[in-house]
Amino acid sequence: MPPGIPDGMSAAVLKVNGEEYPVVFPSHHTLLEVLREECQLTGTKHGCELGECGACAVLVDGKPVLSCLQITTDVIGKSIRTVEGLQKGNDLHPLQETFADLGAAQCGYCTPGILMVAEALLENEPEPDNEQIAEALSGNICRCTGYHRIIEAVKWAAAKQRGDDWRPAEALFMGSEIPD
Amino acid sequence: MVKAISKLNDELADATESQLKIIGKPFRRVDGRAKVTGQTQFADDVQFPRTAYVKLVRSTVPHARIKNIDFSAALAMEGVLGTLIGEELPDKFGILPVSEDEHALAVDTVRFVGDALAAVAAVSEDIAHAAALAVEVEYEPLLTISSVEEALCTPEPQIHEYADDGNIHKKVSLKFGDVEAGMEQADIILEDNFFYEGSNHLALEQHSAIAFAEDDDRVTLYSSTQCPHYVHRALTKTLDIPASRIRVIACSNGGAFGGKSDPFNHEIVVAKLALKLGRPAKITLTREEVFYCHRGRHPVQMHLKTGFRKDGTMTAQHLRTTLDGGAYGSYGVASTYYTGALQTTTYKLPNYWFEGARAFTNKPPCGPKRGHGTPQPRFGFEVQLDKAAHRLGIDPAELRLRNLLEPNTITANWLQIGTIGLKECIEAVVRGSGWKERYGKLPEGRGLGLACSAYMTGAGLPIYWNHMPQSGVQIKLDRSGNVAVFCGETEIGQGSDSILAVVVAEVLGIDLKDIRLCVGDTDLTPVDLGSYSSRVTLMVGHAAKQAAERARDKIAEAVAEHMEVPKDSLVFANRTVFPADEPENAIEFSEAVVIAESRFGTLGTTGSYIPPRAPGRYRGAGVGPSPTYSYSASVLEVEVDPETGLYEVIKVWMAHDIGRALNPVLALGQIEGSIYMGLGEAVMEEQAFRRLPKRLSGALVHKMPSMLEYKSPGFHDMPEMTCYMIETDDEQGPYGAKEAGQGPLLPIMPALANAIFDAVGVRVDQVPIHPDFILKGLQAKKNGRDPRVGPTSFPDVDYGEPLIVHTPAQGGDGRAANDPKASKKGLRSASGTMKKREDALKEHSSATLTTD
Repeated sequence: MPPGIPDGMSAAVLKVNGEEYPVVFPSHHTLLEVLREECQLTGTKHGCELGECGACAVLVDGKPVLSCLQITTDVIGKSIRTVEGLQKGNDLHPLQETFADLGAAQCGYCTPGILMVAEALLENEPEPDNEQIAEALSGNICRCTGYHRIIEAVKWAAAKQRGDDWRPAEALFMGSEIPD
Repeated sequence: MVKAISKLNDELADATESQLKIIGKPFRRVDGRAKVTGQTQFADDVQFPRTAYVKLVRSTVPHARIKNIDFSAALAMEGVLGTLIGEELPDKFGILPVSEDEHALAVDTVRFVGDALAAVAAVSEDIAHAAALAVEVEYEPLLTISSVEEALCTPEPQIHEYADDGNIHKKVSLKFGDVEAGMEQADIILEDNFFYEGSNHLALEQHSAIAFAEDDDRVTLYSSTQCPHYVHRALTKTLDIPASRIRVIACSNGGAFGGKSDPFNHEIVVAKLALKLGRPAKITLTREEVFYCHRGRHPVQMHLKTGFRKDGTMTAQHLRTTLDGGAYGSYGVASTYYTGALQTTTYKLPNYWFEGARAFTNKPPCGPKRGHGTPQPRFGFEVQLDKAAHRLGIDPAELRLRNLLEPNTITANWLQIGTIGLKECIEAVVRGSGWKERYGKLPEGRGLGLACSAYMTGAGLPIYWNHMPQSGVQIKLDRSGNVAVFCGETEIGQGSDSILAVVVAEVLGIDLKDIRLCVGDTDLTPVDLGSYSSRVTLMVGHAAKQAAERARDKIAEAVAEHMEVPKDSLVFANRTVFPADEPENAIEFSEAVVIAESRFGTLGTTGSYIPPRAPGRYRGAGVGPSPTYSYSASVLEVEVDPETGLYEVIKVWMAHDIGRALNPVLALGQIEGSIYMGLGEAVMEEQAFRRLPKRLSGALVHKMPSMLEYKSPGFHDMPEMTCYMIETDDEQGPYGAKEAGQGPLLPIMPALANAIFDAVGVRVDQVPIHPDFILKGLQAKKNGRDPRVGPTSFPDVDYGEPLIVHTPAQGGDGRAANDPKASKKGLRSASGTMKKREDALKEHSSATLTTD
């Protein structure tokens, strides 16, 4: 242990969103706690403390991880990505654009976790169908939207990334047409 | 772009629409970017140096006197900064003036497992947590009251001394019209018992609050609250410092659904500790603690008796309810009235008797959840209508159409109704679902169910009596062309910030990006009562419109002088101002502001809104009035496995009378979210309790205070949804708008029960509907017994003498015809029907149906 670091504490340089964060933290603290408290990256949220809600999901080496269950000391040296790392400069990531435009984020509390899991999905599957999206996101709870807009926003973002001009049905913007 | 929204009044709608620039278009919500980038600052994201982290010490027993609190072990821990006990905050508070029964920290008595009785503060959350666990509390147990039935037969010990009768917190009996005569006119009378289990809001964000002192008697609190104004009032009451020195800032809420509309003990505790310790004090509840905070849906038992003529029209209704209120008042008195108040707003109900009673029990307090008190009786009513339709051989949709309330009428209980788009809603879901071709004709195991509802667009009265505006907006403009809008409203995810901004942008003809909002700050923004009762779009919308129109008027006056054109000829659009017939002479909006600022000096306007006074004048008439009501109709399709009772909701069609959708994407989001939350309650969610075995203290504990056990719908649980919006352009709404966030939840639960009946012929008269209930019904059917599952009895409650109110049809004046208050005194001894506690405990009550 480096000098000045007492028992029960750890010191490390975390790699988050491609940047280095030197942190000192209680060794038992989860990645969620260290990201929020030591790195000041409060975009990652907490909702249940036991891996049920998905609000805390981040990517570790490209894979979704529930940061509330992830002991920080185990991810030292790994590449961590959080919602703060989605934007390119001042441009929103396609997922961020479609979530904002389609109302897939209401209160926005579950959104960072869902965006990260969706990002991992799109890395592997550029054209996911509804079931693949639902399966990927089945560990995330959203209490506001009823989920449909989230699925459609992921598909829309995937289309944008592919350069496809597909967009969700007009009914999602203006309501459904009443049949005669 | 196809305009899918259906219009009730084409001419009026077109006239309004032709002038609209942004309203009605699906724009990106103004906080959309912040929410997808992680920039939105929720309360727990607010951090200050030197923060003291606070933990509450919570009761481990359901009902007891506090004999002693020993902090010695806690105080011996390194890093502990201080403690707080109830005596240091001696003044009680509570959201309703009639039930201020909470101490920030329990004084003398704890009333449920989880009741907070002390607080500890430390330099880290870990140390605070360990210290809170190290606090030794000595209890002297009191009798536990676990259900309405137990409350009825256990008047002593009283959980609160101010209760109406023993442990019955509140009793209501309101009789409108001649119910007995109405029942006599009926060809058939249906009587049913229903039960609706309680549930938690389960907002994904746990409550959090952080306070800091700015002087020896000045404090600022950031909190996840829907109602900063009411928190401000509670702090004023409990901290003993002037209201002018307390500042409450509502952060964006990570979901709320009613669960953050009470002022909470933890908010008061951190404010007090900030003043006591001289450093910021912060608390963030764990998920378990959120279940103790609760204020969720009341478990409600109902006995519903309705008279029908052969043609399906209704002659009279008598509704009795009991509410399991938990340990404190919260909004409970209002909730009690709400289990009866809105029964009259959907269909013609000429005679109506409502009796309601709320019990105190040793459980976390119930309060308002999306639909506040009305989903429970709506469930009973709409299921009973389905039963009536079958008894009378009338199609369930047709039966409802025959009973539709007339627009612009006053109901039997003196509620002023505005526009009603329910007929169009029913027709939409009937057509969309292929109801006429498919209802009653699907193969065994498949079924359709229909239900309707109505809901308030904002409570007509504030929580506490006053004559001030319920919503206020201030606008500041200057030469930059930026428009700063100040309003006490609170963004809880529903999009209130966007509504505030779009109304101002619409009036001034500017972009949303030209507007800076300052909201939910009791020091800086004019009072808005909060994000509850679906009031924001209507009330904030009106206040914003008035303030913006006054600003436009001021600018127009100066510009008209400057251009030498009539003021009325000026158009504000595309960030410019121009005479209607000379668009080529347009000037930039910012230039127009420069002209006005030069002419009048610094510019600022205000707007405010007070709802119209409702016609009811009787005691209790304050609950139910609203400027206008929204309407919804839903058809739900279900598939049931007749072997197991397992079922799946296949599809939901929902039509909602929204008045006008100010932003269709936001409005649809509210409708879809309501369907989702309704399904959660209909299918799985329950805030249930159990008694531990004797050897483990026998305490009454929460069955599932974690998200691991409290089940809520996930991605795979959602059916397909088709949503129709019907615009009725209500003259009481800003640009004709009504609410969308609560009404569409209400039809879901009864539509599911009705669909299950269509699928397999089993009636389930309680929610949530568990597959084993259906299986039980199927077995009963097989054995030739009544295939109905649900409560078989209703508690014996003495509601007292009813308040008699003559209806408008009877020539009433909105006042009560009698004054039964005088005779209320003898109630306790008059309750001769009470059972012995032991007998009641032995009996299989409906409340135990879902709690064993």
